[in-house]
Amino acid sequence: MSLKVIVLAKQVPDTNEVKIDPVKNTLIREGVPSILNHDDANALEEALKIKDSHPDTHITVITMGPPQAKDLLIECLAMGADEGVLVSDRALGGSDTWATSNALAAAVEKVGEFDILFAGRQAIDGDTAQVGPQVAEKLGLPQVTYVREFEIDGKDITVKRALEDGYEVIKLQTPCVLTTIKELNTPRYMSVGGIYDAVKADIPTWGAKELEIDLSTVGLDASPTNVYRSFTPAPKAKGVMIEKDTVEENAEALLALLKEKYIIA
Amino acid sequence: MNYQLSKEQEFVRKMVRKFAEEEVAPIAADIDKEHRFPVETVEKMGRFGMMGVPIPKEYGGAGGDNISYAITVEELSRACGSTGVICSAHTSLCAWPILAYGTEEQKQKYLVPLAKGEHLGAFGLTEPNAGSDAGGQQTRAVDMGDHWELNGAKVFITNGGYSDTYIVMAMTDKKKGTRGISAFIVEKGFPGFSIGKTEDKLGICASSTTELVFQNCIVPKENLLGKIGDGFKIAMSTLDGGRIGIASQALGIAQGAFDETVEYMKARKQFGRSLSKFQALQFEMADMKTRLEAARLLIYRAADMKDKGQKYSSHAAMAKLFAAETAMHVTTKAVQFHGGYGYIKDYPVERMMRDAKITEIYEGTSEVQKLVIAADIFR
Repeated sequence: MSLKVIVLAKQVPDTNEVKIDPVKNTLIREGVPSILNHDDANALEEALKIKDSHPDTHITVITMGPPQAKDLLIECLAMGADEGVLVSDRALGGSDTWATSNALAAAVEKVGEFDILFAGRQAIDGDTAQVGPQVAEKLGLPQVTYVREFEIDGKDITVKRALEDGYEVIKLQTPCVLTTIKELNTPRYMSVGGIYDAVKADIPTWGAKELEIDLSTVGLDASPTNVYRSFTPAPKAKGVMIEKDTVEENAEALLALLKEKYIIA
Repeated sequence: MNYQLSKEQEFVRKMVRKFAEEEVAPIAADIDKEHRFPVETVEKMGRFGMMGVPIPKEYGGAGGDNISYAITVEELSRACGSTGVICSAHTSLCAWPILAYGTEEQKQKYLVPLAKGEHLGAFGLTEPNAGSDAGGQQTRAVDMGDHWELNGAKVFITNGGYSDTYIVMAMTDKKKGTRGISAFIVEKGFPGFSIGKTEDKLGICASSTTELVFQNCIVPKENLLGKIGDGFKIAMSTLDGGRIGIASQALGIAQGAFDETVEYMKARKQFGRSLSKFQALQFEMADMKTRLEAARLLIYRAADMKDKGQKYSSHAAMAKLFAAETAMHVTTKAVQFHGGYGYIKDYPVERMMRDAKITEIYEGTSEVQKLVIAADIFR
């Protein structure tokens, strides 16, 4: 079985305290250490596991970002991916999820036919969980989100889709789009030998021109979402501990507090 | 001169640091306490290419350079000195001499599984009466026509008992002195080869240190490494490279203790302020950081010279001498700055101080390093 697998991955800042561009209201990525987004590492790992059992599998990782996002592709190649594509162009800057998925869908189409597309559920910087599903819609392919277990047999795929309090078992066929969560697997490390190959690898950069994309569908101006304010949420106040001597006294104190806050009448 | 790490080297540091933080640091205290050789960790290190960093890909290695190798040992040792020396002894003392002196058949048979991390390697030179005076070998190898017969014993052998492949030095012609020593590749399980006493050590307790015993041990003819009489030369050139590994181990241990101390000093308050606010301690930390950087540059310089095929014995000796002294200095201060908490096993600096001491002793004591450096000055 020789499969073609595409993985969408994103380079994200390795911190919760990211800086915000005061004009564009988007994240400033320069100068902040970057990492492979956690859920995307799970997406790549699942592709690599397919390759472990089916060595003919070819894995292409696509990322969209500034030129330094090439490092993320080097990391993915060093983990075992076969090919990396950087989608990067000033014209794509400031894209929201809609515009980003337009560019990524165009890149996926340019890569060509494939069997499975894995994307991480969401990125830790934007937390939208929209790009994977939007790419699936734009490609007109079936999708399953929140995949926590994956099996493939020929063209038949069986996945468990995580719900808040359980899971759904879903069967579908290739080609399809799956978004992955951390419960799916444990991502492997890069290998030293992989690093030496990856740094030498030819990683193409595709801009709007190479993607032959309509410029009115990408970039900040084309983005229907306008981030009007970004902020670091204030830490939640400490909870109140009720520590009376007896259960009755604890219950009484709790009821009084709830009434005081008009939570109960 | 270029003081920037290459992209490959930067990635190797990132990767090994992540591995060390996730896979090595969490068990470092336990394996030290239990004197447990981390078999599973070493297996993973092999899987991700850490057991053959400077070995070419055609022989199963990662195809990296010696700076990447130094970084690998440094980052492993930052979390656990035992794990660092397992990698160093295996790579520098067993895989490397086969790469440098082995026949193509020996490389295919022994180097490939070593570099892939499927086999573990060790090196036997030291004997009860041949330590710093390595020329005084008493282990004998006699040509029996269709095989070699080895008799004698080696002591203090790192990775002893867990290794599949051993590079063993033995006297083939006593009259010729050091030129009468030859090197052999000995497999675990060769008839007449056994593991003797396992040493109970001050530090690097999760690494294995044993005796090797040879009683009429049968070694095939084709397992002679290099030519007859080349053994001492092979051993000395192997130790030159090994010193880069041990210097890196020393640096890693020191860096680990330093980083622990920085965090401790920020958190620990006495007399109403953090330890990090006391200028006397700040100055000591500044001094330590300077020594760490100096050690690092000496090590990478020696590694770079090795990669470029330059003569690097003296530079490796300087790197090892300075890094080992730095490791003792920094770990002792780290314990001191932790106060009473530094002396108990709840904090890793206690282990790091114990682990540091050996770096001044093995693969040539600090005194032997000075002999090597002085010999280069007055040659």
